[in-house]
Amino acid sequence: MRRRLGDRLLFGYVWLVMLWLFLPIAVMIVFGFNDTQSKSNVSWQGFTLKWWGRLGDYPELLDAVYNSISIALIATLITTVLGTLLGLALGRHRFRGQGATNLVMFAAISSPELVMGASLLSLFVSAGVQTGYRTIVIAHVLFSVSFVAVTVRARVVGLDPSVEEAARDLGASSWVTFWRITFPMILPGVVAGALLAFALSIDDFVITQFTSGATVTFPLWIYGAVRIGIPPQVNIVGTCIFAVGVLIAVVNSVTARRRATA
Amino acid sequence: MKRLTPYLLILPGGLWLVVFLVVPLIFMVSVSTQQGDVVNGFVQTFHIANYTDALGQYRTQFLRSAVYGLVGTVLAILLAYPVAYWIAFRGGARKSTYLLLVLLPFFVSFVLRTVSWKFLLADDGIVFEPLKSAGLLPADFHVLQTTTAVIGGLVYNYLPFMILPIYVALERVDPSVVEAAQDLYASRVAAFARIVLPLSLPGVFAGVLMTFVPMTSDYVNAAILGGPDNTMIGNIIQTEYLVNQDYPVGAALSFTLMAALLVGIFGYARALGTQNVLEAAAR
Repeated sequence: MRRRLGDRLLFGYVWLVMLWLFLPIAVMIVFGFNDTQSKSNVSWQGFTLKWWGRLGDYPELLDAVYNSISIALIATLITTVLGTLLGLALGRHRFRGQGATNLVMFAAISSPELVMGASLLSLFVSAGVQTGYRTIVIAHVLFSVSFVAVTVRARVVGLDPSVEEAARDLGASSWVTFWRITFPMILPGVVAGALLAFALSIDDFVITQFTSGATVTFPLWIYGAVRIGIPPQVNIVGTCIFAVGVLIAVVNSVTARRRATA
Repeated sequence: MKRLTPYLLILPGGLWLVVFLVVPLIFMVSVSTQQGDVVNGFVQTFHIANYTDALGQYRTQFLRSAVYGLVGTVLAILLAYPVAYWIAFRGGARKSTYLLLVLLPFFVSFVLRTVSWKFLLADDGIVFEPLKSAGLLPADFHVLQTTTAVIGGLVYNYLPFMILPIYVALERVDPSVVEAAQDLYASRVAAFARIVLPLSLPGVFAGVLMTFVPMTSDYVNAAILGGPDNTMIGNIIQTEYLVNQDYPVGAALSFTLMAALLVGIFGYARALGTQNVLEAAAR
């Protein structure tokens, strides 16, 4: 009987934590449908869908969302290529400088974002580089490339080398072996790394603030709007990004389960 | 050609990391001893006083950040461990679904989550206003602009980085080991304390590394949820760089913060046995 009680307490505690985790998200979603009259969206006034039609009230907000998405796409593309190459090198080859490469990657993962942002801005200021869209992309590739490399490396290490040997024994060139055998096998790792890079980029605030110059992304716009009050349109955009994230995660886990059972 | 392959593979990514991570860090150290202003430019004068001035002036914020980071990390362990434990041992076939559920809130942008907390905790917001008009709370009750709000925000925002590594460590614990302990008449508490807990500690250590560093250097939570008495060192660095454009002082503070964190991490690693932490971090 005592065992049951302990389990129940644990169960209750876990659901309390879950509730706490979801509370601000639920509030964000619900207040996107709030029929508020004043500029400040603070108390519930009734249900409405009108904000969905009035997304264009804040053109700068839409520009910021557009910047966030396009930066994330470009950064993800570059990051995925660079990170995959790094992951292949680290997972497949033994070479001098491997330890140093690992160390730098570890530093990129574990350095506080604040310090990375501050040092990048120091560099750009010293070198006379104007900060803006391009420097944001540079920074986003920087902090996500190691995550992609680690993800791909884990996949590469788990590969059975005899499959590639078989391809080579059958006369395939190393180029053909890579694209027909190795790449399809590491593809799940590459996709997972790319998704992670996209998620990191679209959500980033700290490094972005340091390297943005006059360019504004979605998180930067929200931060700037905190003092004057957040319009319901922000809740709607947040809800949409949340929904897309959930969708991708669900599809990902379903396909993973299907692959596991197949 | 074969011997060159790994170098060709790491060249683009490695170059990116060197040019935009290693070189900037060196630049930051150089900037930290310069003098001047934005209009007339900065000149290298090896002005070490930037450090002593900055440290003297902002000692409070440094200490406050360390305390917030420590308290936040401990709270995160207390919240994350039972959740990770429940998912790993009671989740059954739906483990990955529950894990996904726990991570879902973090699909919402970091800043937006924090803003949402500000909204929830507002003095006359949807939670406190009804309680105040019902007389259940004094009219001047507030949570925003307090230490509680800032630490609460820090714990909320970095919780997944604690849950995930602990979950991974617990998931690896072979249930038959626990059964064996119970067959040998260990009580449930003893089996947990002597078997499960020690086996999961590497996950806790990794979680501490992954939450303490970002919590200590955070400035978003203090800026949105905190008041003038909650300023963290991150807020000072952000202001020096982006508002005052006093890059030397900002650089001196950033470098000090990073050095302090590095010393802390290595001290921590030493205390636990280096291998454990690096292994845990490598996962």
